[in-house]
Amino acid sequence: MQSTARAFKQNAHEALHDPNLQDSLAKLKVGFSERRRQAAERLPEFEALRDRARDIKNHTLENLDFYLEEFERKVLALGGHVHWAPTAEDARRIIADLCKSVGARTIAKSKSMVSEEIGLNDHLEALGIAPIETDLGEYIIQLRHEPPSHIIAPAVHLTKDQVADTFLEHHRELGFTRRLTERNDLVAEARQVLRQKFLDADVGLNGANFLVAETGSSMLVTNEGNADLSNTLPRMQIVLASIEKVIPTLEDAAVLLRVLARSATGQESSAYTTLNTGPKRAGDLDGPEQYHVVILDNGRSSVLGTRMQDMLRCIRCGACMNHCPVYGAIGGHAYGWVYPGPIGAVLTPQLIGVEEAGNLPNASTFCGHCESVCPVRIPLPRLMRHWREREFERHLTPRAARQGLALWSFVARRPKLYRRLSGFANKLLALFGRAEGRYRSLPLASGWTRFRDFPAPQPGGTFHAQWARQHSRVRP
Amino acid sequence: MSRPPPRRVALFVTCLVDLFRPSVGFAAVKLLEDAGCIVEVPPLQVCCGQPAYNSGDRASTKAIARQVIGAFEGYQHVVAPSGSCAGMLSHHYPGLFDDDPAMKTRAENLAARTHELMAFLVDVLGVTKVAARYDGVVTYHDSCSGLRELGVKQQPRTLLGSVQGLGLREMKTPEVCCGFGGTFCVKYPEISNAMVGEKTSDIEASGADTVLAGDLGCLMNMAGKLQREGRAVQVRHVAEVLADMGALAPIGQGEGGER
Repeated sequence: MQSTARAFKQNAHEALHDPNLQDSLAKLKVGFSERRRQAAERLPEFEALRDRARDIKNHTLENLDFYLEEFERKVLALGGHVHWAPTAEDARRIIADLCKSVGARTIAKSKSMVSEEIGLNDHLEALGIAPIETDLGEYIIQLRHEPPSHIIAPAVHLTKDQVADTFLEHHRELGFTRRLTERNDLVAEARQVLRQKFLDADVGLNGANFLVAETGSSMLVTNEGNADLSNTLPRMQIVLASIEKVIPTLEDAAVLLRVLARSATGQESSAYTTLNTGPKRAGDLDGPEQYHVVILDNGRSSVLGTRMQDMLRCIRCGACMNHCPVYGAIGGHAYGWVYPGPIGAVLTPQLIGVEEAGNLPNASTFCGHCESVCPVRIPLPRLMRHWREREFERHLTPRAARQGLALWSFVARRPKLYRRLSGFANKLLALFGRAEGRYRSLPLASGWTRFRDFPAPQPGGTFHAQWARQHSRVRP
Repeated sequence: MSRPPPRRVALFVTCLVDLFRPSVGFAAVKLLEDAGCIVEVPPLQVCCGQPAYNSGDRASTKAIARQVIGAFEGYQHVVAPSGSCAGMLSHHYPGLFDDDPAMKTRAENLAARTHELMAFLVDVLGVTKVAARYDGVVTYHDSCSGLRELGVKQQPRTLLGSVQGLGLREMKTPEVCCGFGGTFCVKYPEISNAMVGEKTSDIEASGADTVLAGDLGCLMNMAGKLQREGRAVQVRHVAEVLADMGALAPIGQGEGGER
């Protein structure tokens, strides 16, 4: 997918002035976070489970080579295939070749952020293979040619009216000529349209929440059941997942599932939890004849063993974005690439470069709300700060900001000089701001005064000046 | 019962309080002295270094941290009327010196002695009430660093509960960031504006006539927005109200202010 992360500020500007988006975000902000809070409160061991989830992922990442090879051995023993894709391009090629090998015309897709990461749909379309998104949200944005705006709710930026218009536009030719207004009717119409596509598909492609090393299973959670159709009906099943999705055991999966759904939607469990373990066996009534797992690295392994490794614990629940006030203000598209919100601000610079995505880790107040709800306790503010430091080291920070910072830190290390300058600034600001107590505009502070008044200092001098006056007589 | 010896507390004034709102510093001194502490103000203190730290300038941050660590050596406790500055000293300084064991020890020592004012009064000194009066309905904004790094939540509310004449009315989302974020508010002014706009709506909807918080950066941000929107809500640092300084002009209002 082509990144617009460089244009983050412009993207954010447009998002803030998009009334439909702002309507959708207003609902999201209340809904997800309130449901997560209630789910966490209902489960006394929730905080302890978060610790265990973190520890499971840490243990796996520290032994990632072992568990990936273990997973591969199990898949091979089941009669499946594992394909290693170092880059996005490799993954696209592998999947295209697999599709061509069975002469696929259409593939039914469900639930894969990694396929967005590697730009799979555009690639397949160019080869004459039609990818059909079967998750309702993914299907809606596919019709609109938009990227997802949220990792678990890809069409969360749209209002119901926008969806109704989109369906009318695209389903008219299939005989659905009435503009629907009820949520259930929209879902029913999508189901009718999609059901035939499930039946027509030659290949089913889905992502994975977890790859279980001990059994060679891929595990996927959905609320729509679409994944079960997309991976049982077609002849070939392809699972696309990144390296950090592997976990050691089913027991570990049980722990992670318990924190995943609660953190994501506030559900105790997603409606469907599907395990796929190899191709159809002799005697099975259904299932794919071929079972392929494509495992993508795309730069992830380079953070193993570093302090940035923590980002690979992510289980893609979306809680960080649901609780992020910046995401809540601008939505997911403004981030300009596949993964939005706090986890996107950490992953994107790793995956497409800090030169391209430097705005993302900067656009945070470090309020820490994301870290406080992360089910695997990823220290997201610390990781964002890491990118700011890399940016600063490489002189990518804007020059005016660097110079201002250099001057300020020169003064801040010299208390006597600082006192003189702050005393002067205090007097000046207090003098001219005395009548009103604030400024409506202030030179060099337009970023502030464009939207806010700037409070003037209290009269009487700085704290240190006043303190020194009060205590000068009693000091030796 | 013999009284314990008075605690020797160094006040970390913070650069915003020093420059814009000295009364917060004096309020902190009064609250600490009323609780039996001997308060000193180490003269070599300036800023905790957050502007550099949050801009990715680690070298400058370390230089500033060294100086702060030196300035506060030898004091039993270090107390700041700010969750964000106290959090910088107590949660972030030690990590700056992973490659310098001697400095790391000193940083950890400072970290262990550093407290946010509300948490120090309630959790360390055991203060449960103050001698103050404030005739008004207040709402309390939980500033992010204090809340999530230091666990400051109930302490200010406990103390406010003892203020004569004061009523507390909570916002819907007191824990959501106000959009200040240090340099964030000038680097991303439009996003910051949207965030503080939500906050001021929430403040107004609470029905309170005064908003309090424990961090001057957040308070200046909220005051500036409330005033730009023409909302009549007063903005004060919680320490001022607890120290019975509620008659001072609120933040961003001139000497001719109405209260």
